Amino acid sequence: MNASIRAAFEDGAKTIVLNYVNGQRYIGTGLHGRDLRIEVHGTPGQDMAMFMDGPTLEVFGNAQDGVGNTMNSGKVIVHGSAGDVLGYGMRGGKVFIKGDVGYRVGIHMKAYEDLRPIMVCGGKARDFFGEYMAGGLLVLLGLNSRLEGPLVGGYLGTGMHGGTIYIRGEVEPWQCGKEVGVFSADETDMAELTPVLKEYCEDMGLDLDEVLSVPFTKLVPVSHRPYGKLYTYL
Amino acid sequence: MPTSLIQPEFLVEIDYDKCHKCGRCVQQCGWGVYSFNERPFPDDSKCRACHRCVTYCPAHCIKIKKNDLALRDNANWSPELRKNVWRQAESGGVMLTGMGNDKPYLKIFDHLVLDACQVTNPSIDPLREPMELRTYLGRKPDSVGVESNGKGGYKLKDGGGVSNNIKLDTPIIFSPMSYGSVSLNVHKSLAMAAERLGILMNTGEGGLHADLYPYGKNVIVQVASGRFGVSPEYLNRGAAIEIKVGQGAKPGIGGHLPGEKINKEVSTTRMIPQGSDAISPAPHHDIYSIEDLRQLIYSLKEASGYKPVGVKIAAVHNVGAIASGIVRAGADYVYLDGFSGGTGAAPAIIRDHVGIPLEIAIAVVDQRLRDEGIRNQASIIAAGSIRSSADAAKAIALGADVVAIGSASLMALGCHLCQGCHTGCCSWGLTTQKPELTRRVDPEWGAERLTNLVNAWSHELQEILGALGVNAVESLRGSRERLRAVGLDQQTCEILGVKPAGL
Ligand code: SF4
Ligand code: SF4
Repeated sequence: MNASIRAAFEDGAKTIVLNYVNGQRYIGTGLHGRDLRIEVHGTPGQDMAMFMDGPTLEVFGNAQDGVGNTMNSGKVIVHGSAGDVLGYGMRGGKVFIKGDVGYRVGIHMKAYEDLRPIMVCGGKARDFFGEYMAGGLLVLLGLNSRLEGPLVGGYLGTGMHGGTIYIRGEVEPWQCGKEVGVFSADETDMAELTPVLKEYCEDMGLDLDEVLSVPFTKLVPVSHRPYGKLYTYL
Repeated sequence: MPTSLIQPEFLVEIDYDKCHKCGRCVQQCGWGVYSFNERPFPDDSKCRACHRCVTYCPAHCIKIKKNDLALRDNANWSPELRKNVWRQAESGGVMLTGMGNDKPYLKIFDHLVLDACQVTNPSIDPLREPMELRTYLGRKPDSVGVESNGKGGYKLKDGGGVSNNIKLDTPIIFSPMSYGSVSLNVHKSLAMAAERLGILMNTGEGGLHADLYPYGKNVIVQVASGRFGVSPEYLNRGAAIEIKVGQGAKPGIGGHLPGEKINKEVSTTRMIPQGSDAISPAPHHDIYSIEDLRQLIYSLKEASGYKPVGVKIAAVHNVGAIASGIVRAGADYVYLDGFSGGTGAAPAIIRDHVGIPLEIAIAVVDQRLRDEGIRNQASIIAAGSIRSSADAAKAIALGADVVAIGSASLMALGCHLCQGCHTGCCSWGLTTQKPELTRRVDPEWGAERLTNLVNAWSHELQEILGALGVNAVESLRGSRERLRAVGLDQQTCEILGVKPAGL
C-alpha cells in the first residue's frame, strides 16, 4: 500500500484518501513534500508518519503507537485517541490528537533552528509524558477523556532539558521529574500557546474559549545540563 | 589540607642543555602541561603520556617517565583502586574515561592459534595465486534459483539473492565513531579511506556531516535512541542503516555528549541546538521487545527504499538468543561489540566490568544461528578490540563475516591510547572539537594511513588463508576446526567450539 501511495504522489497526485484502513503500518513513513495530503478513514497501524517531512495526514479514527516518530516536518491530525510513544525524537511539524494518549508520549522531542515540534493531546496521558524532552512544545488538555485516573501519569518531564510542556489544569509534585520547574502559565506563556490552541480547535471542531477556560500549568527544565555534574574525569 | 591526595602519574623531564627553547611543546600539548618563561616548564600532574610533545620536539630532549612512587605492596588494594577511592572522595562523581578496557582480563584471541597446511594438503602462495577477500554484507537467500539467460544457458535468479548486499573488497571495516566524539577531519579520513578500500565507515550516533554526503555508498548511517541527525535525507544517503542498541565498552548504557562539545558544526550535523546536552539513553523508547525492534527495522526499510538494516549490540550473556531474535526480526546483519571495545567516554566501572568477551559472543551467536538454520539470513560483524589481522582471522574462523576496527583506526591517525578522549583535549586532534587541535589531522594524510593499515592487514589475511590452504575468506568463516586453543579450560573450549592444541 505504501509503495502505491508513493507512486501516486510521484505521478502528481496531491491528495490520497484511504478507506477501510485497518492496522496497515508505516502510512506516510519517510514521505516528503509540502503540499501532499493523506486522509485515513479507519485505524492505521504503528509508526504512522515516521520520518515524515512535509505532508499532512488526517486520521478519522484512532491511531496506534509511534505516530510522528522522528518526524521532521508536516502535520498529523487524529480525530480519535492514539497509543504509546507518540512523537518520539520528533524534530519539527505538528501532531494533534483529539482524544487520550498512552505512555511515553513526546519523549525526546527536540528542536533545531527553525524546526520546532508541536504536539497537542486532547485527552489524558499516562506515564513518562515528555521524558528527556529537549525542545518544542508539548500540550495536554484533559478534555473529554475516557480514561480513569489522573490527567497525566508519573515521571512527567523526567530528564527534560529543553522545550516546554503545558498542562491544562494542575499537576501534583509526585507526578513530575525532578528536572522540571513547575509554574502557572502567565500572559506571555498564553500568548505563545493560544495560536497553537486556536489552530488545534479549528482542526478538531472545538471551542477555543472552552479550552482556555481553565488555567494552564507550565513545565520547563531547571537546567539545560541536567547531568553536567554527575561525572569526574579519570 | 592538600587539595588532592593524588600524585602525578607521569613525570616530564626536559634536558635543558639540549632544549632549543622553541616553545613547540607548549603549542603541541592539548592538556596544557607546559608553560613558557624563557624555557618550557612542565606541570607533571596534567600529563597523560600522549607523546605529542615528544614526537614534535626538534631537540628530542623530552622524556616522559612513569612516576614510580612507591606505595606499600598490597595484593588486594592495587594502587589504581586506592587512587580511585581518593579521586571519588574528592569529587563525588562517576568516573568517566576514554578508550577501551585496560584491565588484564584473559584475552582469548591470544590463546587461540591458527592451523596450517603441511604435506598432503598444500598451502597456497598468495603472491602467485588469486586470493579472494571479497565479502558480501547482508541477508542471503534460503535457496538460490536459476533462470534462463535467454541464450540457451542459465543464470542465477536475482543475482543469487545478494543483489541488496553490500560488496566489501576486504572483510575489515571501520567501527562507528560519531562526529562529536571524533573530529570532522577524522570522519573525512575514514570516509575517504573507506571509498578507496571498497569498504564502509560508520557515522556512529552523531549524524552525517554534509561534506561526507558524496561518500554515502561507503557509509553505514546509525540510528540511536537520541535520533540525532536522523532525517529521511540521512537515511537515504547511507549504504546501510544500523540501529544501535548497545556498545561493547558500555553495555546497557547510553551516550551523552556534553553541551560544551556541541559547537556550530556538530549542532548542524546532529540537528540540535548549540550547547545543549546530547543525551541518548540506552533504551530506544520505541523498542521494548523483539516485535518493537522488528517494527523499527521495517520502518527504516520503508523510509529508505529497502536498504539493508543491521543491529548493533554489546556482547552480553545470552547473546545467542538475542541475536537469533534480531535476525528473525529482519535484520540484515548483527554487529557484535565485545568487552574490550573502545569508547569516547564511558563510566570506567561499566567499561571495565560489564559485558562478555567478543570471542565467546561470536562463537555462540554463530552456533545458535546455525542450530536454528538461519545463519544465512544475516551477516555477523565482530568488533571490540580487533588489534591485528590475526585477531581478524580468528574472529572470522569463530564465525564472523566481517570485523570492524575503531581503536586501531584511531591509532593509524596518531592516537597513543592515552585514554583521555572524554576530556575533549586530544593532542592528536582526534577526539576533540577544538579547531586548533582538529586541524592537526589532514584528511588526505589520514586517509592514506588508514588505507595503508587496512591494506597491510588484508595482505596478512591473504597470507594466513594461504597458510591454511584456502583461497577465499568465505571458506574460513566459521571454520573452527582450523583453530586450536592453548591454555584455555575445557569449558571455554567447548563454548568456543575449538579443540585444544594437540587434538
Ligand atoms: S619542543 Fe623541545 S626543544 Fe622546543 S621548547 Fe619544548 S622541550 Fe625545548
Ligand atoms: S584519541 Fe586522543 S585522547 Fe583518545 S586515547 Fe587517543 S590520543 Fe588519547
